[in-house]
Amino acid sequence: MAKLTKRIGALVLRLAAFGAALAALIVMVTSRERASFFAVSLEAKYTDMAAFKYFVIANAVVSVYSFLVLFLPKESLLWKFVVVLDLVMTMLLTSSISAALAVAQVGKKGNANAGWLPICGQVPKFCDQVTGALIAGFVALVLYVLLLLYSLHSVVDPFLLQKA
Amino acid sequence: MPREKILFAGGGTTKSWKVLLALRILAFIATLAAAIVMGLNKETKTLVVATIGTVPIKATLTAKFQDTPAFVFFVIANAMVSFHNLLMIALQIFSRKLECKGFRLLSVAILDMLNATLVSAAANAAVFIAELGKNGNKHAKWNKVCDRFSIYCDHGRGALIAAFSGVILMLLVSAVSISRLSIYSNKSSTSTAAAVASP
Repeated sequence: MAKLTKRIGALVLRLAAFGAALAALIVMVTSRERASFFAVSLEAKYTDMAAFKYFVIANAVVSVYSFLVLFLPKESLLWKFVVVLDLVMTMLLTSSISAALAVAQVGKKGNANAGWLPICGQVPKFCDQVTGALIAGFVALVLYVLLLLYSLHSVVDPFLLQKA
Repeated sequence: MPREKILFAGGGTTKSWKVLLALRILAFIATLAAAIVMGLNKETKTLVVATIGTVPIKATLTAKFQDTPAFVFFVIANAMVSFHNLLMIALQIFSRKLECKGFRLLSVAILDMLNATLVSAAANAAVFIAELGKNGNKHAKWNKVCDRFSIYCDHGRGALIAAFSGVILMLLVSAVSISRLSIYSNKSSTSTAAAVASP
């Protein structure tokens, strides 16, 4: 019975990670704001920054992967690949969050030495949505680290996966 | 018959040990190079900032890596990962004759995975900030930095290449560490002999 609860726990975790990555993706894609000041119209959308585009792509890849692994049968031999692929997906997630966070931090605080002014004062709703997407991405990352540890545990201890 | 779950290194060959050691040395060199090159990245230049009438006003501007938090994180993370690799190399060399049982192998694998994610995060944050510095961003009205501080950008580029090779090497190190964990289930009654290390 412990086997079954562990298996259901893993499935719930993966479903939650899929949901979080999908939420991060959707919130970032729908972040768009138009602001006008001094007769200049400024529209901020996620495609302006390369880091945000990378964030969207990485979370899309992670969502699709999570969705596919949800349907992997229990006794498949592919579970050994799932460990390495989980590691790759975790690396993808950390890199996308860290890149988007670095660029968002420059947008919020600016960079005095480079002469870059912060833009969050002009497009506050865009900044808030980007922050929300980053938080969802961070939740997905934490869930993925747990999933990675779980996959490692279940591959190293194969009695959970093989027919007993 | 009691089920024994004994973790031991490798499949009884020394090839994985040698491969792991070589990969770790390369990863240590790559991340250390990235940390050092970015840590010493500094360029001072006297530029004309404004012209009043016919008199150009010059100012001495310095581009250093501490200006950008992403680069500070880059230096710290690469230093941490190279230190981790150094510790693991020492552990591998000095415990060649000891038994590597159970928890130690698993903790090495988990630490390798966490450090791989750390270095990938650091390298990626730095590369996107460097891309902003190189191309600017016309939507946010951020102008380029690289046309004025070209040596700073060149050194940064070198550090980033070293860091990305460190990322790939750390991924390989993690993969080899994970593959060295192999379970020896009780196929024979002499399975307790399998607890002896085979590094």
